[in-house]
Amino acid sequence: MAHKNNGSNGHRHAAGKPTRYSAFGLFRRGLSRSDWPRAWQERPLKSTYDVVIIGGGIHGLATAYYLAANHGITNVAVLDKGYLGGGGSGRNTAILRSNYLTPEGVRFYDRSLHLYERLSSELNFNVMFSQRGHMTLAHNDNSLRTLRWRAEVNKLQGVDSEVIDPDEIKKLVPYLDTSTDTRYPILGALYHPPGGIIRHDAVVWGYARAADAHGVHLHQNTEVTGIETAGGRVTGVRTTKGDISTPVVVNCTAGWSSLISDMAGVDMPVTTSPLQAAVTEPVKPFLGTVVVSGTLHVYVSQTDRGELVFGASVDPFTSYSMRGSLEFAEGLAGHVLELMPAVSKMRLLRQWAGLCDMTPDYSPIMGPTHVDGFHVDVGWGTYGFKAGPVSGEAMADTVANGRPPEIIAPFGIDRFTTGQLVGEKGAAAVGH
Amino acid sequence: MIQLPCPWCGPRNASEFTHHGEVTSRPDVGTATPEEWRRYLYFRQNANGWVDENWYHTAGCRRFIRVRRHTLSNETEAAR
Ligand SMILES: Cc1cc2nc3c(=O)[nH]c(=O)nc-3n(C[C@H](O)[C@H](O)[C@H](O)COP(=O)(O)OP(=O)(O)OC[C@H]3O[C@@H](n4cnc5c(N)ncnc54)[C@H](O)[C@@H]3O)c2cc1C
Ligand SMILES: [Zn+2]
Repeated sequence: MAHKNNGSNGHRHAAGKPTRYSAFGLFRRGLSRSDWPRAWQERPLKSTYDVVIIGGGIHGLATAYYLAANHGITNVAVLDKGYLGGGGSGRNTAILRSNYLTPEGVRFYDRSLHLYERLSSELNFNVMFSQRGHMTLAHNDNSLRTLRWRAEVNKLQGVDSEVIDPDEIKKLVPYLDTSTDTRYPILGALYHPPGGIIRHDAVVWGYARAADAHGVHLHQNTEVTGIETAGGRVTGVRTTKGDISTPVVVNCTAGWSSLISDMAGVDMPVTTSPLQAAVTEPVKPFLGTVVVSGTLHVYVSQTDRGELVFGASVDPFTSYSMRGSLEFAEGLAGHVLELMPAVSKMRLLRQWAGLCDMTPDYSPIMGPTHVDGFHVDVGWGTYGFKAGPVSGEAMADTVANGRPPEIIAPFGIDRFTTGQLVGEKGAAAVGH
Repeated sequence: MIQLPCPWCGPRNASEFTHHGEVTSRPDVGTATPEEWRRYLYFRQNANGWVDENWYHTAGCRRFIRVRRHTLSNETEAAR
């Protein structure tokens, strides 16, 4: 998961002109045996920027990219205390889908899916988006009811989503145990053909490279230690590499976001919990779709390399620790075998954890705050990777035009004082 | 595995407990405005460090206990 380099050492290139990746280029470089140029540059930290984005995950990098590409705002710095994609963006299970529960949610995530569909060509970077279908199983009448509800909301928003029965499930995923004498028999599933998986690191690197090409500064190993305000406005940011003055700060720090908001004097309805995942040794392809079970709190997909990737729900307490636990691996194995007894001989290769910024209604918190110039793009919980492109687009729009666009209006921080929550728990309780 | 110091049962694995989160102070039901009430419901300190919190010993004595825990290292100690 954790790749720290950004391509091999090689020639530098001028801003605005990244090397174009192509089959022909690959062939030519194979013959000449020269190094590939760096995908992005290390530049000196300036003392002033028009916009400072805290957090070099997909949300921060996408925001930087769309600020430059859609609005021509390029005097921008992205700061990360570690390396780009070292947070949730490099630790997630890379599932994309838009079959949410509320109309606001479905509309929002579907816009993201559409941006993802053309991301490889837009960024000239292969993000390996595989729309192999996504299936959420129901093991009791209650969840079947929620799935029907979701299917109807989805269809009204033009999203391909329907409830299918155990026979159809068996056809799509023959290795699932669809017999009726199990502890949690499968009664039906919500099937969402456009959902799938993607190469998460490639998305991060693709946005970083494209933002860098527009002149955005990417500063790794640069931790924000304070935020300066004066008269209710943001005026600057303090970092371990020096102070920066700026009129606009965007908080894209996910699991750490309430600590950053605290620095600006903005309270958040957020708690941080670890979410764990695990991967097995690779085997031949046998699992063509993503399979999720809310009742068993588990989901599984098979990567292009053949490994099974498993995820679950967040650890049952808050913490900033990213250590995995044996309880997780044990519980996960039990639940997976309940669904697919055939994989009992497969071995787990590794497990890991990332931090999730959970909100009370399982929806994000996006837009301006009561501190002028301090914007948040947080509350991404266990589901924010799929939202990267639309969030970047919308946050760039917010910064450029001074107010949030319609598509993120429901996700403002004010909803927690007015009571207008956007309840997505029914579609987001199992983390993916 | 995190261990919690239950004053009734001794040190026990965290999996026996239900996490109820950081200690908050509940506003007066009779006089709180809806805004104050929602603040109490939704907003949290979410500190990275030592935190006083409530846990319920579901699979043990079935009492609420108060524990001090470091949210980064997960070390625990009994609260006052
Ligand atoms: C195991 C797991 C599985 C998941 N599966 C899925 C999935 O299948 N689909 C999906 O859509 N989502 C999934 N998610 C959620 C998703 O990973 C996150 O919501 C998303 O990556 C958040 O992106 P981000 O850019 O907002 O934050 P992050 O990628 O977490 O980036 C935040 C960055 O902020 C930096 N930072 C923090 N503090 C400071 C500071 N003081 N100064 C400077 N920088 C700082 C961190 O170093 C970090 O790099 C999963 C998460 C986990 C942990
Ligand atoms: Zn006890």
